[in-house]
Parts: sequence; C-alpha cells; structure tokens
Amino acid sequence: MNDHPGLDVRNVTVTFEAPRARVNHVLDGVSLSVEAGHVVALLGPSGSGKSTLLRVIAGIVVPDDGRVFVHGVDVTELPTHRRGVGMVFQDNQLFPHLSVLENVAFGPKMAGAPRSERTERASRWLRRVGLAGFDDRRVTDLSGGEAKRVALARTLAAEPVVVLLDEPLTGLDRELHDQLAVDLAAMLRDARATALLVTHDHDEADTIADRTVQLADL
Amino acid sequence: MNRLPRWLLVALAIGPAAGLLVFFAWPFVTLAVEAVNASSVGDTLGRASTWEVLWFTAWQAVVSTIATIVIGLAPAYVLARFDFRGRTVLVGLLTAMFVLPTVVMGAAFLALLPDSLDRTVWAVLGAHVVFNLAVVVRVVGSLWGHLPTDMEAAAATLGASRWQVATQISLPLVRPAVTAAATIVFLFTFTSYGVIRILGAPGTRTIEVEVWRRATQLGDIGGAAVLALLQLAVLVGLVWWSGVAQRRHAQAIGLLPVAARRRPRRGGERRIVGVVAGATLVVAATPLVALVVRSFATPTGWSTAAWTGLGRAEIRPGIRTGVDPVDATFNSLVNAAWATAIAVVIGALASLAIVAAGRAGRALDGGLMLPLATSAVTIGFGMLITFDTDPVDWRASWWLVPVGHALIAVPFVVRTCVAVLRSVDPAMTNAAATLGASPTRAWLATIVPFLWRPLAAGGALAAAISLGEFGATSLLSRSGGETMPIAIEQLLGRTGSVLQAQGFVLATLLAATTVILVVVVERFQSPPTRRSRP
Repeated sequence: MNDHPGLDVRNVTVTFEAPRARVNHVLDGVSLSVEAGHVVALLGPSGSGKSTLLRVIAGIVVPDDGRVFVHGVDVTELPTHRRGVGMVFQDNQLFPHLSVLENVAFGPKMAGAPRSERTERASRWLRRVGLAGFDDRRVTDLSGGEAKRVALARTLAAEPVVVLLDEPLTGLDRELHDQLAVDLAAMLRDARATALLVTHDHDEADTIADRTVQLADL
Repeated sequence: MNRLPRWLLVALAIGPAAGLLVFFAWPFVTLAVEAVNASSVGDTLGRASTWEVLWFTAWQAVVSTIATIVIGLAPAYVLARFDFRGRTVLVGLLTAMFVLPTVVMGAAFLALLPDSLDRTVWAVLGAHVVFNLAVVVRVVGSLWGHLPTDMEAAAATLGASRWQVATQISLPLVRPAVTAAATIVFLFTFTSYGVIRILGAPGTRTIEVEVWRRATQLGDIGGAAVLALLQLAVLVGLVWWSGVAQRRHAQAIGLLPVAARRRPRRGGERRIVGVVAGATLVVAATPLVALVVRSFATPTGWSTAAWTGLGRAEIRPGIRTGVDPVDATFNSLVNAAWATAIAVVIGALASLAIVAAGRAGRALDGGLMLPLATSAVTIGFGMLITFDTDPVDWRASWWLVPVGHALIAVPFVVRTCVAVLRSVDPAMTNAAATLGASPTRAWLATIVPFLWRPLAAGGALAAAISLGEFGATSLLSRSGGETMPIAIEQLLGRTGSVLQAQGFVLATLLAATTVILVVVVERFQSPPTRRSRP
C-alpha cells in the first residue's frame, strides 16, 4: 500500500442525451476520496446518480469528463476487468447457468486459480456468509437473502482492491436487513477492503460505514 | 387454481388443430398409405443412388449448419448490442437475405460465381451459409440483445476479460437460442430444394430434389413417398431433440424489456463493430449486386433489353417463352397476401394455446412444426394426390396454393412468438392474480401484450416465405398460375442469354419486393432509436 487514497474520484461528469436534445447532467464535476481500508457510505435520493457514479468507478459507464484513481493509479482508461474493482449489484446479477459454488468461484477462476484452490476459496466464502452446504444449489432457487449473501461472497472471493456496493441490502426484510448489515460491516473490515456503499438508508450507512457523505455535497 | 378456463384453451387451439388435420395430416396419411408398400420400400432402399442422395443430404447440411453458426455469431453479437450508422440497413439486408426466395439465392450465386464453380457443391454450401446467416443473427441476436448487460458487467468486475465474458457468460446464456438457430438452419439445408434446383449438379441432389424428381419426372410415386417419409423420420427426431435441448438449457433470466443497444465506445470496440459490420455487408450484398449486374449483361455488352422486354410474351417474333413474368408477379402477390393473413391468425392462436396449455400445448406445438420438417415438396406432393377427387377436388381452387404456403409459414410465426411468450416471467401473471385479476384477465394483461411484436416479425416472415415458396408450389401450381419462383427457375434453366437475363431480372424484382417488405416491417417494428441509459 502507498499513501494514496484507496479510491479517488476527481471531477467526474456524466451527461445523457435526454429527449428533445436537452443535455442532462447526471453527475456534474463530482469528486470523492475513500481512504485505503475505509468504508464510505454515499447517500442521496434515488435518481440522483449514485449508481451511475459506481458504474463510472467500475468502468461500466464511461464519464464525459474526470478521472478515477485506485491507489493512485489512473484507471479511467482501463477496462472493467483490469481495475481490481468489485461490485455487488442491486439485483445481484448471479449467473443463472452456474451453481452457487461456481458463481462464487468465478472471480478466482478468472484470476487463473487452479480448480482446487478456487473451490476451496469459494467454499470458505460461502461458509463466511453462512451458506455452508449450498455449493450445488441452483442460484435461481435461492431466497432473496441467500442470493444477496452469494452475491457478497462472489464479489469478496475475487479479492478486489475496491469494493462497490449498490444498495446491497435494499429489498430485504427488516430483520434480515439488520443482520446482514452487521455481517457485511464485519466482512468488509476483516477484508480490510476499501469500499464505497451506495444507500438511501441512514441507519444502514451508520452500521456499515466509517464515514457518510451526501452526493449533493460532492 | 390459476388456470385459464378450458373453453378458452379449446377456442385458441381448435382452428390451428383443424387446419393441421385437414391440410397436413390427411394428405400425409394418404401419401403414406397409398404410396408406400413392400415393393416401393424394397426398390427404393435397394438402390445405391438412394444412399448416395442420403449421404450428400446429411453431410452438406451438417457442414452448412456449423459454418453458418460459427460465422453468424459475430454479427449476431454486434447487431444485438451496438447502435451504429447503417445498423438498420444491415439488419434489413440480412433478414432480406434469409427471406429471399431460395431460387433467388440460387440465381444470385449463379450470377456471382464463375462458370467453373457454378453447379458445384461449393456453390451450394456458399449459398446455404449466406442464406441462413440471418437465422443466427435474428434468433440468437434477439435473446442476446435482451440479456441483462449488468450480468456481463458483473463478470467483468470479477476479472473476466471481454473474451471470458463472451465464452463463460454470454454464450452459455444464449445457448438455447443457438440450439434453436442451428435446428432451423439444419432443417433448411437438409431440405434444401430451390438452391439445389438452380445450383446443383447431378451428384449434388438432396432428398427433397430426389422426391420431386421421382414424383414428377420419373412418375415413381412410391419411391418419392418412401424418400419423403425417410426424410421426415430424420427431421422429426431432430425437432424433438431440439425442443428437449432448448427446455433443458432454458434459464429464468430477467430479460430486459428493451434491447440494450448503445454506441460503441473506445477504439477497440469501434474497430470490432466496424470490421464485423463491414464484412457482413460484403458477404450479404455481393451476391445481390451480381444478380442485378447480370440482369443487364448480354454477350454483346450492357443492355436493358431484358428489363424492357419483360412484359412481352414473345422474345422474338413468333417465338414465345411460355412464361409470363408479369402474370407470375401478380399471382405471387395475391398468394402472399392470403398466406400471410392465414399464417398470422393461426400462428397467434396457436402460440397462445401452446404457452398456456401445458402438455396439450406441447402436442400442438410439435404438430405445427411437422409441416416444416416434412418439407415443402412433400406437402405439395401430399396435397396434390389427396385433393383430387370430389368432394375435395380442390386442385383448381385459387386458395390451395396460399393454404400450402401458410402451412409452411406457421411454424416460423409460432417459433418467433412462443420463444418470447415463454420468457415472460410467470411471477408477473401471479402478481396480476394477487391484484385481483381473474386468470383470463391476468393472461390478457401480462402474456398477450408480449405477442404483438414477435407476431409482426412472424407476419413479415410469412409474407416473404409465401412470395418465394418454390417447393410446394412446384407441385401445386397449375399452368397459368405460375408464381415468380417457378418462372425464374424455368427461365434460368433454359439456354440463351436473353432468357437467362430475364430470369435474373425476375429474380431481382422478387428480391427487391422481399427486401422492401422486410425493410418496411423492420422499421415499423423497431421503436424510435433511443440511447440506452447506462
């Protein structure tokens, strides 16, 4: 690790061409810094561009302007898979043609880990999220909470440098939500991950994050 | 239970089922019972030429299918995922290529290739691949365009390169569509007829051509029937396997309601899109250009004589061709209008019934696919020897040809619609039920609205299939009722540069009609271009 922030977003601007040629700024010169190993929660009303910012950081959306740095390295021009940025999607995006274990082992597989190692790593993460014994289940048969845990395990098993979480606990019932929030906070701390959490829930932000910022203030 | 009422299912299914029984099952039984017996089976299977025909039919179909899938996946991906200038034109062109009549495709390759390659297996394979590219582009592309792009993004955030995303996520997810496309291409090339009639040499006869030859040229009705049944056995097996394979690999994917196309970003993406689109354009357009060019070619130089002389029955004073291109064009248009109307109504009813009715639906589905597997020539052959006695002596009825065309077109309408209807998340229907909708209302609100779009596409296919239908028509049409494809084959099969050029003129006209039709429908069908929001 160096002295640079784990994640540094500088002056990112994203516009969409709205109908009737009105230029629509989704993000207008947004800057944000996350210290290495810290978890920052990004709050804002829906439609304010929080998810778009995560997508810019992950390289899924190309910004019209601005740069993204990961540990001081400019990744703005790098394709998603070479950024070391993992992301938990709001709707999980589990791969329906792969088993639970294969989903979690996908990251290690892409990193070229041998079969035994990636199975071992995936199993370990499944145990960590409380899904021991779920290896051969179909992801389409999981409950909402289980699918969310698989999505978390899958992202963390890839050992990304930066973890992005796009409203990861939205849509879960209160009890499950509160429990997963505590688990998630512990997991991110254990992994010493630099993480950016998008949410609209203040309590969730307080539970999981070291620091909370409002998108409107950036 | 949240089941649709039985009367509704019966009302949906009865029309398609009745049509199938009268115009397909009955002729088919007639053909099998009257023509097949111990001696015709023994004679046919004992002939070495039968096995040569079978072998050629099989291997050329396998090679054509593999080549088409391999070559077609790149344009399928690019056209499904990216918006770029000329995209609509390219999609229209490819679709037009597919719906181009087989005889036009044969004519285009005849026009394109030097004489040394004319009438060889290479000409046949080339025509098959170019012809069927659109099957892969449309069938695979329509699923590909609606796959959640976030799933691929998720794979990328886990470290998957573009290639790994394609091979480990996208291709497995589109596998049901690839299976479907491969099945269609195989069916088409296994039963190839028009292309072979124009481009084939004596050694390159498919079963389909052999059936026609035995039935009409040699008068061997028994032999033709045995071959037709043999072909059917192979194809029914294949269709059954394809259905099983598609169901086994079907995933409950949350498909996007609108295809997620966007402009290519970054240099690499632009290059890939440019190269694939350019190469596809060249492959698809060159045979058509050759066709037009040859319609102006005479041994003495360029001339418009073939075009201006089209309406004249006499090519020289006192010499008649016996083929009237203008009448043939009119006959084709009338047939196409009726065939499309029938195919759309029957196809819509059948698709809704198939999706709603469970096991009985699967039986109807399989039944309606049979005409496709049976091949056009066999359908025409069966109808010809069935509807020839009172009270069903319909051979002279104007509607017999459109009905035959509709039989062939319905499977395409049904496949297009059922694929979409089956992808509708059943949870939506359940949600409607929990909001107080009766099963019928829930069905009307959540399933039926997904029908119109694939139905429009299916209708366009039906019109184009009818315009170019050659197999059944070559047995059913009567003198004076010749359609454009019949006239083209007759003109190109004769010697003499004037007749050849007229054949190319008519093929160009038929191609243009088909292309215009497809472009119009494609435009009408696709919503105004909208930039996808990331």
